[in-house]
Amino acid sequence: MTHRYAYYPGCSLEKNARAYHVSAMVVAEKLDIELTEVPDWNCCGATEYFAIAALPAYALVARNLALAESMPTKGDGRHLVAPCSACFLNLSKTDHYMTESPDLAAQVNEALAAGGLHYDPGSVFVRHLLDVIVDDIGYETVMDRVEKPLFGLRVAPYYGCLVTRPDYNHIHNEPEHPFCLDDLLSALGATVIDYPVKTACCGGHMTQISEDTALELIRRLLKSAADYNADIIVALCPMCQLNLDGYQAQVNKHFGTDYHIPILYFTQVMGLAFGATPEEVGIGKEFVDARPALAKIQEELPDGGEKRRKRRPPKQALPMPGMMRTHGKTG
Amino acid sequence: MALDNFHTSVKHTFLQEVIAATPGGEPRLELCLQCGTCGGSCPSGPDMDFTPRHLFAMIAAGMREDVLKSNTPWLCVSCYYCMVRCPQEIRITDIMYTLKRMAIREGFYRESSASDAPDFSETFIDFVEHYGRSFELGLATRYHLKHHPLGMFKMAGLGLNMLLKGRMDLKPNRIEHLDQLQAILNKAKELEEKQDRSRYRNEITQPQS
Repeated sequence: MTHRYAYYPGCSLEKNARAYHVSAMVVAEKLDIELTEVPDWNCCGATEYFAIAALPAYALVARNLALAESMPTKGDGRHLVAPCSACFLNLSKTDHYMTESPDLAAQVNEALAAGGLHYDPGSVFVRHLLDVIVDDIGYETVMDRVEKPLFGLRVAPYYGCLVTRPDYNHIHNEPEHPFCLDDLLSALGATVIDYPVKTACCGGHMTQISEDTALELIRRLLKSAADYNADIIVALCPMCQLNLDGYQAQVNKHFGTDYHIPILYFTQVMGLAFGATPEEVGIGKEFVDARPALAKIQEELPDGGEKRRKRRPPKQALPMPGMMRTHGKTG
Repeated sequence: MALDNFHTSVKHTFLQEVIAATPGGEPRLELCLQCGTCGGSCPSGPDMDFTPRHLFAMIAAGMREDVLKSNTPWLCVSCYYCMVRCPQEIRITDIMYTLKRMAIREGFYRESSASDAPDFSETFIDFVEHYGRSFELGLATRYHLKHHPLGMFKMAGLGLNMLLKGRMDLKPNRIEHLDQLQAILNKAKELEEKQDRSRYRNEITQPQS
């Protein structure tokens, strides 16, 4: 069954995060997902426009929602997929607040009318690409498409902020410790490491505004992934990818560290697992070369996998006691 | 709020102004109980003049100038940790954007330690308004030349690498119906300007509905 969506690539996927777009197209083809680009879409304003003006910022985003709404649709409802977390946030925020506030909706529509457009709040379902794959396609289908499992590759799933927070449409309901990307990467055969800062902020545009702040945030993420022996970090947002990848050298220089952790998009590792070549999924565009890490992928599960399996307790063993309630003391 | 029913000319408090300037539903800022969860969660909190919690106490105390001169809103990374953890469900991140807008409008940002920050946002949207898309090379060049010309050398390394890797355009991309977008944005600006003029008069001359 073909899943069809309107597609909003966002400015980053045109160039800086081209690898994300290219690998997303490979993955879409393998999973029978049809992505139709919103015609003549404009920039979502990132985290910049709301700092200057509110109503124009909402109108800037709403033009895209209006254009998506008027695309011909097959199936139930117009689903608009954004791979970039900031674009996703802006689109879902605008739709959500227009739904919550008839005043805002009226004003935004008055502005849209000046361009001959109109948007009925709630008529477009804004999705992030991760949630489309996890919820609409599902892990089973993903596993079925895997031709070259990522055995032996230790992967740190990095969600960033905006996919699970503030989660206006209550898709994830897990703002700080989600597992959907973890599970997706497991379905590809990778060894997924759980580490404490997987939804901590990468600093966003702070690299330009307050470099020290940003470098510290980036350092923390790299350190945690390194502490847990990750071979690669997998991201789902162009900003996160750029901050962790493009500024890794600067972090090393600033703090005297020596990190060499490649940062790939989740669609890139999906594409590889589905049998695509590294070139087909944009490997080589990253600053910290991913190829040495990818060379660690093995033909079979590493031996350690067998040893890690829990032994079944003997039948004669006493049952494990449960927790007894304690009086008075709080946790 | 009780003040809403007054028919006389009553000055809005700074708190009410901030709330009114945050569109899209109830910001709930008046419900802040100073628990400190936001300040404790903020990734850039240690670098702020005042943590979000502290800033909200200052807003409630009407300390307009001190609030709008602080670097706090400019260091907000929009991570939404505060918003999902706030027990009162205050729209903290949205309020930070409001404070940015107010700091620019009243010029107080110039006296903050983050006085460069508004220019970054303004340069960004200038390109969006002229092309319909963002233009990184233009943004980085214009912003850094203006504010940290010497820092350009440090940036040049990454910038050059991005060009060599094919991760940055040399020229901006333009959308087809740019005139449509500009008509929409101009209308939105006009509507917002009208709203601000009536709000910043700072007096209620008719009953609030």
